[in-house]
Amino acid sequence: MLAFILRRVAEAAIVLVVVALLAFLLFRFVGDPINQMVGQDVSIAEREALRAQLGLNDPLIVQLGRFLWNALQLDFGISYRFRQPVMELIGGRFPATFELAMMASVFALAVGIPLGVYTGIHRESLLSRFFLGVSLIGISLPTFLIGILLIYLFAVKLQWLPSYGRGATVDLGFWKTGLLTAAGLKALILPAITLGLFQLTLIARLVRSEMLEVLRTDFIKFARARGLTDRAIHFGHALKNTLVPVITIIGLQIGSIIAFAVVTETVFQWPGMGLLFISAVQNADIPIMAAYLLLVAAIFVTINLVVDLLYVIVDPRIRVAGGAKA
Amino acid sequence: MTGQNDAGEEQGSGQMRLRTLFLASALAVGLGVTAANAVTFRYAFQGDLNALDPYTLNETFTLGALGNVYEGLTKRDKELKIIPGLAERWETPEPTRWRFYLRKGVKFAGGEDFTADDVVFSVERALAPGSQVSTRLPKDVKAVKVDDHTVDFVLSSPNPILHAEWDTWYIMSKKWAEANGATKPQPATGKELNNFALKSNGTGPFVITSHEPAVKTVFKPNPGWWGQKEHNLDEVIFTTIKQDATRVAALLSGEVDMIEPVPVQDMQRIDANPTTSVMTGPELRTIHLYFDSKRDELLYSSVKGKNPFKDARVRKAFYQAIDIEAIKSRVMRNLSVPSALLISPLLFAKAGDFKRHPYDPEAAKKLLAEAGYPNGFELTMHCPNDRYVNDEAICQAATAMLARIGVKATLQAQPKAQFFGRAGASGGFDTSFGMLGWTPGSFDSWNVIVNLVGCRDEKGNGGPFNYGGYCNKKVDELAEKILVEADTAKRDAMISEAYKIVHDEAGFIPLHQQTLAWGVSKKVKMVQRPDDQILFYWTTKQP
Repeated sequence: MLAFILRRVAEAAIVLVVVALLAFLLFRFVGDPINQMVGQDVSIAEREALRAQLGLNDPLIVQLGRFLWNALQLDFGISYRFRQPVMELIGGRFPATFELAMMASVFALAVGIPLGVYTGIHRESLLSRFFLGVSLIGISLPTFLIGILLIYLFAVKLQWLPSYGRGATVDLGFWKTGLLTAAGLKALILPAITLGLFQLTLIARLVRSEMLEVLRTDFIKFARARGLTDRAIHFGHALKNTLVPVITIIGLQIGSIIAFAVVTETVFQWPGMGLLFISAVQNADIPIMAAYLLLVAAIFVTINLVVDLLYVIVDPRIRVAGGAKA
Repeated sequence: MTGQNDAGEEQGSGQMRLRTLFLASALAVGLGVTAANAVTFRYAFQGDLNALDPYTLNETFTLGALGNVYEGLTKRDKELKIIPGLAERWETPEPTRWRFYLRKGVKFAGGEDFTADDVVFSVERALAPGSQVSTRLPKDVKAVKVDDHTVDFVLSSPNPILHAEWDTWYIMSKKWAEANGATKPQPATGKELNNFALKSNGTGPFVITSHEPAVKTVFKPNPGWWGQKEHNLDEVIFTTIKQDATRVAALLSGEVDMIEPVPVQDMQRIDANPTTSVMTGPELRTIHLYFDSKRDELLYSSVKGKNPFKDARVRKAFYQAIDIEAIKSRVMRNLSVPSALLISPLLFAKAGDFKRHPYDPEAAKKLLAEAGYPNGFELTMHCPNDRYVNDEAICQAATAMLARIGVKATLQAQPKAQFFGRAGASGGFDTSFGMLGWTPGSFDSWNVIVNLVGCRDEKGNGGPFNYGGYCNKKVDELAEKILVEADTAKRDAMISEAYKIVHDEAGFIPLHQQTLAWGVSKKVKMVQRPDDQILFYWTTKQP
């Protein structure tokens, strides 16, 4: 068991190093950060001095070594554009992204599961067909477009909800939350729907197919033969059995919700990590890009690791195989 | 918010009501809610407001926002004319000595008195490493305190436009900087954060009460400001909204009172909306195309062994192939002013003397044939695609127009970080035909003639933004004389002469000045200056 865990952790570390390498290589192509840092009147000599100061003139291998060494100590340096430590910047933006991701997940689950159950039970009903048709839109329309459509409908036409930003936030010292004010909650609705819509359709379709599967199994037939109510069968037995794969998928999707919040955050000017990343790309702000990419990689790797370890606990076969190899 | 509404409704009733009112307003104050009739002006820009240290980013938007909080010795009025700021008046007893008489009784927002010491300190700080406003002062300038309210600037050579950019060289308090350990600008690489980076302490009409970099900044009027108040605002909130569509939506829904920039395609909608309109006006930046006329062999081209752009006829052929009116009406939707010079006519009195070479593809073909390219040639054109209004579309149009005279130009449009990385000095001027926009920081032609037109070496010494490496020694000689000539008429004549040389040999293709486009709520009255600074101390809003 210990050997298995160690091997998985080692693999995760390798993934992170590879991401760091790739990120570093990509930075060769993002453009000249100096030009984004200084005004047009700054002389060539001063630009060169700044370049030397930032270590951008050193040989590639030296820069790489320095980058990896600092990354190892979680030191990503000072943002070129903000002149603030990168970890502080990302830390300050994390609550916004996290709250958005959580609300999007809650929305996806709260709507997706009932939708899946309904369309699973009433396969042929008109309403089911309607839901499935609509859910196709959720999968096929790009997030960007959905966001803009929602803004025009709810912010410009109806004027019910704000079109951008986080509304009012409350600073708890370590965490700036928008969940405690009415304006903050209102501001959360549109972005959360936009971000969660894709996951919603995914969950609804997954639950539906699992329901169809389970409803065909023998124990459901026996339950019916015993004269249990539909309600008890559907929710007490069938739904419970569909949830195992759903939970797995949701775990894995949390990573991608955080990572793909970039587009939603840009559309709604949501002050989270994704927006920070986008402006960093535009300004060739390498320290922020590096830290963000590694952070997202770390989130994915950690979630995968946890899921892997959970499987070991749940499924003895993996444990045996792993133990046999080790 | 509820406290505020209650206060409004309960007004004008009996004793009990009055007490409730008192309680409600006390509650409102306690919660930090502004008074019921507070006028809040909200505006959104596509870019961020980052550090508040006024010396760390030389960029129009940032300097404009900070211009509501800080002040220079001089200011510029609604028409960009230089007017007294923190200096009441100034004189030049000798050509190399400028004397500034400082305004008395001015206090910084933090309570410090404004004196000559602050000016001397600001000179040192502006010239210190890490400062981006150092170009506003000659490198070897000496600021000498004569008395508490008089400062002399001693120069090594005469400079008739010494104070031209001082409206954005903001004076900082020496005492306050020392108390906050911020006597030096925040260096780009420093591990420690400068206190000025997120704080401000100016003498201007507004103070910043809260600042979240790149998210939201709140301004409140400075009650102790020395000047005459021309606004009626109680609070100003700035937010960044990067996404064009979202920014427009925020204006249309009334969540913000002003946005910049307005995407060209949304102008009609904003104008059609009953509560908003688009405010347009000329901008100072001039967009031009440059040719690599320095290298002996043109890069990215079918011509080998020589550089066709060394021949003025080829350059003129390109010039005459560009149909500027078509670019204006089709690409820019009439939001541009075609230009014959590399400077805005607002900044040069004699600009009217110059006319563009006429659009004439036949003449252009003839010129190309004379120069030895009857069938044209191939080359790559490099342009930014996120820097100027419709930059990529303008370049696309240009390549199509060049095709009509037989020149096959392939367009490579890149994000600004990449484009400037390759086209500028740091990338070794790695383009052969491209686009650049320029606003002279000093609003003066000398800046243009040196930076864009001056001869340069491979590293960029000489004319650092002369991306094409155009060179004419006569222009350089004129530039040296222009720098020290104090007589305006003579100076303008020399500037004209320099521009004429560049124009006659078609050293560049000046295209146009863009038009500023602000989306503004009809409740708001603003002043739009061609330098694109958003100064809300001239803004009024109907409550």
